Order: sequence, then structure tokens, then C-alpha cells
Amino acid sequence: MEFSANSPVLFIIFGVIILAVLGQSVFFLVRALRRSKQLKMDQKKIRKTVISSAIFTIAPAVSILIGLVALSYTLGLPLPWLRLSVIGSLSYETIAANNVLSSIRESIGSLKFGDLTAQQFVTIFFVMTISIMVGIWLVCIVCKKVQGGILKMENKDKKWSDTFVNAMFIGMISAFLGFVFCDFRVIFEGKTYGLVPVLVMLSSAITMALCGLVVKKFKKITWLADYALPISMIVGMVVAVPLTMWLGATPVTA
Amino acid sequence: MEDKRSYSKVMTYRDSVYFYGNIWNLSITAILLLAPVLCCFIYQVWPDWALLGAGLIATAPMYIAVGVVEVFTYIPMLGTGGTYLSFVTGNISNLKLPCALNALEQSGYDASSEEGDVVSTISIAVSSIVTTIIVALGVLLMSVTDLSTMLTNNPVLEPAFAQLIPALFGGLGVVFVSKNWKIAIAPIVLMLILFIAIPGLGDSVGIMVPVSAIFTIISARILYKKGFLG
Repeated sequence: MEFSANSPVLFIIFGVIILAVLGQSVFFLVRALRRSKQLKMDQKKIRKTVISSAIFTIAPAVSILIGLVALSYTLGLPLPWLRLSVIGSLSYETIAANNVLSSIRESIGSLKFGDLTAQQFVTIFFVMTISIMVGIWLVCIVCKKVQGGILKMENKDKKWSDTFVNAMFIGMISAFLGFVFCDFRVIFEGKTYGLVPVLVMLSSAITMALCGLVVKKFKKITWLADYALPISMIVGMVVAVPLTMWLGATPVTA
Repeated sequence: MEDKRSYSKVMTYRDSVYFYGNIWNLSITAILLLAPVLCCFIYQVWPDWALLGAGLIATAPMYIAVGVVEVFTYIPMLGTGGTYLSFVTGNISNLKLPCALNALEQSGYDASSEEGDVVSTISIAVSSIVTTIIVALGVLLMSVTDLSTMLTNNPVLEPAFAQLIPALFGGLGVVFVSKNWKIAIAPIVLMLILFIAIPGLGDSVGIMVPVSAIFTIISARILYKKGFLG
């Protein structure tokens, strides 16, 4: 079968998987609602929980769509749809896919989905899937023990484990921040295209910082926190267009 | 006098959540692993094993380590059913957890109580359903309008997508560096020096990601031990 990253076959396969995930949520929702009645819980509070959780979710869900559009440029629609509907996030999936593509001198955003080969697609798919799965099955092994108090994080370990996770993310992000500067040295040769990614990054960073300040200053605009990352990303991408026209595009290497 | 029927139902409910949660999560694990294999059979192609290996080495160790820590960190906060759902649908720290905490606060139930567990599960299940539906509707709209083809066929947008990585990580960098600037200084300086000084290192960013992560963990550990991280 001829491959396309936007093939209807992929939509169907991934749609079935997402339906299964939806089925799990419905299953547990129904059981929890039933249990709430058995426990004679205030059903007005339960209805309020349902409504407020739904409303709480709308803004972050729409921001996921923006990330999906960005990933679809290189990966098509079905794969980002699956990856962003099950465990995964824009940054996780971008890093995973980029780690594969960088080995063939491509990156997310430089390769169009129409040029993606079937082999590249399945390779990226495997890396994305295998890398992120541990939480899904590990909870089956440890959930009961952790909740029963048999396994627990000591308080002193918890501080280090928070630091460890933050250090891990910062390490990953630092590598990509450095990557942004990989063409910077060309300015010493009189060329300016190496400045484009740096200025795009700075535009995005300034936008994020401004969003953070606005949220901090105007407490009523808390919804902005959900959109700060996609807004800063879009601002950076929009600014890239005139910057590239002015400073030049990175030459394509064979 | 203790109501033995409701007591046995308390045990039965939570045990049933563990039982069905294990079935659902392990089934979804299997389905997710089979999906790329199915694609291989449909398109009669297998992964580029060298690329696969390189991609996994660059990605999996860190994601696995973060995943393990997240499991032990979030289980006590999410409730029983909420835990199983959250680790399938993701977006835990930025959506599921705040959603559950918000629901608990509004309901007034204690997080460690059976009622609190039920409220957490309901809020996380609703959040997962709403997210799935909104994203699915968005994808439907995008595929009907053939948005991805429009984006890739528009030469004006080409430089915008070519700079997706800098645009994404500029914002992400601010989020993480602003919260942990002491941890961030050393790896950022190191990576800047390496990427500017060594031509062609951009082609090896996949290898530099775990290198940077390991370096950052070591430097964070030193700062932690010396008491610089509070």
C-alpha cells in the first residue's frame, strides 16, 4: 500500500485506539458516579464536579490542538492526533521525533509530511511509543502498594526527586537551546542566516515572559496561562517569516 | 453499629478499580505497542534499526526515568481511578492534577477519603473525555479542510515551520529556567559553547540531549548536596 502520513487507514487505526482510551474514561466515570450514589454523596456537588472539570479542560484542550497543527507539518495529522491524545505532550513528542530526524539531518518543521517515507514514519512512531510508555504499565504494578503505604517516597527523597525531574527537563531543553545556536558562528564569516533561529527563540522567550507577567499582575486572566506556550510558539514562528526574508534562510545541505 | 454491606462495598469498589484499571492499562499498553507493528505490516516496511536505536538511546532513558518519578509522585495525589486514567491520557501536571485538586477543593471532600477518591476519578475522567472530544473534533475539521496540505504548500509559511524548534523551546526555556535558574546556568552555558564552537554538532542534537541531561543531573546533585537549592 502506498504510504501517506495522512492516509485514511492511519486515521482509522489511531481512531480505534483513541476510542479505546475514551472507553476507559467512560468506564471509570460510570463506576465512580454509581459509587457516589452508593456512598450517598451530595449529587449536586457531583454535578458541579462534572461541569467544572469539563469547563476547566476546554482551554488546555484547544491549546493541544495548536501543538497538533505544528507537529502535523512534518508528521501528518493522524500520528500527532494519537500521540497528543494518549500520554505525551507537544514537547515530549517534538523531542522524540527530532531525535530520530536529526540523524538524517532533518528536524521537525524542516521536513514536510509529504516527503516523509514510510520507514521514517514507523521509526519515529516506535521511538515515540516506546519511550513514553513506562507510566501506563508501571502504575499497574505499584499503585496498590503506593496507596497502601508500602512503597512511598521519603520526604527527603521527594525534594531530590523533584530536583531530579526538573534537572532532566532543563538538560533536555538546554540541548535544544544550544542547538538554536548551531549556525551562529557563520556571522563571523559575514553571513546572517545564523541569527534567525536565535532571534526567533528570543521572540518566543520574550512573549512567554510577558504572558507570565500579565498572569501574575492580572489575576483574572488565569486562562492566559493555558495558552502562553502556544502563543509564544506562534509568535516565534510568525516572526520567523520576516526575519528569514531579511537575514536569509539556512542553506539546504545535501 | 458498622454497616457491613457498605464496608464490604468500600473494599469491593477500590479493589475493583485496581482490577479493572490493571486490565485497561495493560490492554492499552499492548494496543499502543502493536500499532506501530501494524503500520509496518500494512506498509511492508520495518524501522530503520540504526535510526531507531539512535532515537531510543537519545530519548528513552530520560523519559523512563521521568516516568518512574512521576508515577511515585502523582499516585498519592490522583486517587485510584484517576491514577490509571491519568497515566494513559497524560497531561498530568498541567491538566489532570489541577483539575482533580480543583474538584476536591470545590467538593470539600478529603483527598484521602473514599469520597475524595470518587471525586478525583470523576473529574479526571470528565477531563479526559472532554480533551479527547475537542481534539478529535479539531482533527476532523483540519482533515476536512485539508489544513496540513495547505500549510505545507504555502511557501510563505515554510520559514515559520522551519523555525518551529527555536519557537517552541524559547517559550519552554523561560518556563523551566525561571523556576530553576540555579540548575539551568551550567548546562545552558555548556551547550551554547559546544554548539557554537563545534561545526556540525546540530546534526547530533539527539546525542547531545542525554549528554546534557546527565550533565545537568550531576551539577544539580552537586548544588543540592551543597545546599544551594534551598
